[in-house]
Amino acid sequence: MMTMTTLPPDWPGNFWAHWAIFAVIIIVFVLLMFMVFVWLERRAMGIMQARLGPNRAGPFGIFQPAADGLKVMLKEDIVPAKGDKVVHWLAPLVAVVPVLMIFAVVPFQGGAILADLNIGILYVVAISSVATVGVFMAGWASNNKYSLLGAMRQVAAVVSYEIPVVLSVVGVILLTGSLSMQQIVMAQDVPFILLQPLGFLLFFIGALAEINRAPFDLMEADSELVAGFHIEYSGMKFALFYLVEYGEALAISAIVTTLFLGGWRGPLLPPWLWFLVKVGLVFFVMVWIRTTVPRVRIDQLMALAWKFLFPLALLNLVITAVEILAWPSVSPWVLVPINFAIMIVLILLWSRLFKLGWGRVEV
Amino acid sequence: MGVDIAFWILAVVGVGAALAVVSLRDVFRSALSLILCFLAVAGIYITLSADFLAAVQILIYVGAISVLIILAIMLTREVRRGSPSGKLRIPAFIVAVLFFGGVAFALLNTTWQVSGAPPLEPTTPAIAELLFGEGGFILPVEIVPILLLAAILGAIVLVREK
Repeated sequence: MMTMTTLPPDWPGNFWAHWAIFAVIIIVFVLLMFMVFVWLERRAMGIMQARLGPNRAGPFGIFQPAADGLKVMLKEDIVPAKGDKVVHWLAPLVAVVPVLMIFAVVPFQGGAILADLNIGILYVVAISSVATVGVFMAGWASNNKYSLLGAMRQVAAVVSYEIPVVLSVVGVILLTGSLSMQQIVMAQDVPFILLQPLGFLLFFIGALAEINRAPFDLMEADSELVAGFHIEYSGMKFALFYLVEYGEALAISAIVTTLFLGGWRGPLLPPWLWFLVKVGLVFFVMVWIRTTVPRVRIDQLMALAWKFLFPLALLNLVITAVEILAWPSVSPWVLVPINFAIMIVLILLWSRLFKLGWGRVEV
Repeated sequence: MGVDIAFWILAVVGVGAALAVVSLRDVFRSALSLILCFLAVAGIYITLSADFLAAVQILIYVGAISVLIILAIMLTREVRRGSPSGKLRIPAFIVAVLFFGGVAFALLNTTWQVSGAPPLEPTTPAIAELLFGEGGFILPVEIVPILLLAAILGAIVLVREK
């Protein structure tokens, strides 16, 4: 049923050739998917909001991202006169490099991976925390109160949401018994979204907040902070921050696919196509959430992380550990309904226990 | 050979960044140099086949501690110019030189034991065994967070509004 054809780990046989080929594949993949995502987001949001979206450049507006890219390269690069110019110049680079580095451990199909590190998912968590430094540098070096406020909100969100995200990843690691991304995919005879439904929800919500996508995009809330930390950026440097935003969305889609949706595994279709389909699906859900849910307030953001996600993530970890210790050999299909029932009961219970922002709607 | 080149690059970057931390006037740039220094140390861990340690170093020192340091810097005044040096400048320099000399002397005159065992591959099961296995180190590892938690609670009690 499952296609499990794997390439040798050092395909095509030489270390440097393997390294060079996959570096090129990753860069092309990120840039192409960046353009696809920008188009998909604008077009899908347009249709969901009962308008057309970009539709002039090429059929269905598919050349719109290319046109935008050309435009942004021709823009003037403006640096704030009283800003810290060196840090201002470095910030987009510090933000972009970790995002590209995440894809080094993402398996595109069996064996098609730049480096199958035995610390795979820990590497992802560690590297992605470096991108925050780039955001902070941008916010500080711009010498603008709105950029600094945006950067501070970003840091507060990342520090808070890192904990539930990592704790929900630990549930997957307990089921797999390995940190390697390739091993995690191999272990998913049943996709972990069925065995870890609560973990999946916590991870997805936490990840949305960490990469500040709507409804957690109050670090760049247009109506309050103009554009947040990248307000003083223009031209190619702004394009790099734009690339970071969608590159992070792509990275989260790829990691959700690998951890919870069975990675490249699936019937009939070739593995790499399954991977792309699942990544696209996860991103579509992100766009859907963005058009559906209103933006949260900063106190609601913190309360959600510490009072809702954090205790549920701890409970999820304990329940997963107990299940693995108590019934090590039970069929996963028995655990699927139990886990879904536990998830529904816990979420209903917790939503009763406290109200976000003491239930205030107005400020 | 490749490992030697990597080590020297990382060593030069790490020491340079560490010097920049203490010599730069702009406190924010000092914090950024500190991050570079942490990254170089993580790189040295990788050349020593301690990949788990390297990832944890980046996660904790770059991702958490540096960000907290920067947040604390935001709460201070005169970030760009730094604070003027006080009367203790020369005594502090002398103490630092003496301390450096002592450490360097001790390092150079110790006969270090070099293990001939090949590096572990993969490293994670060995760490798990040491932590959770028979006679593991889980108890001391758990006692340290309780100590830290008590310190945090103490700090909260001290600054709490009456």
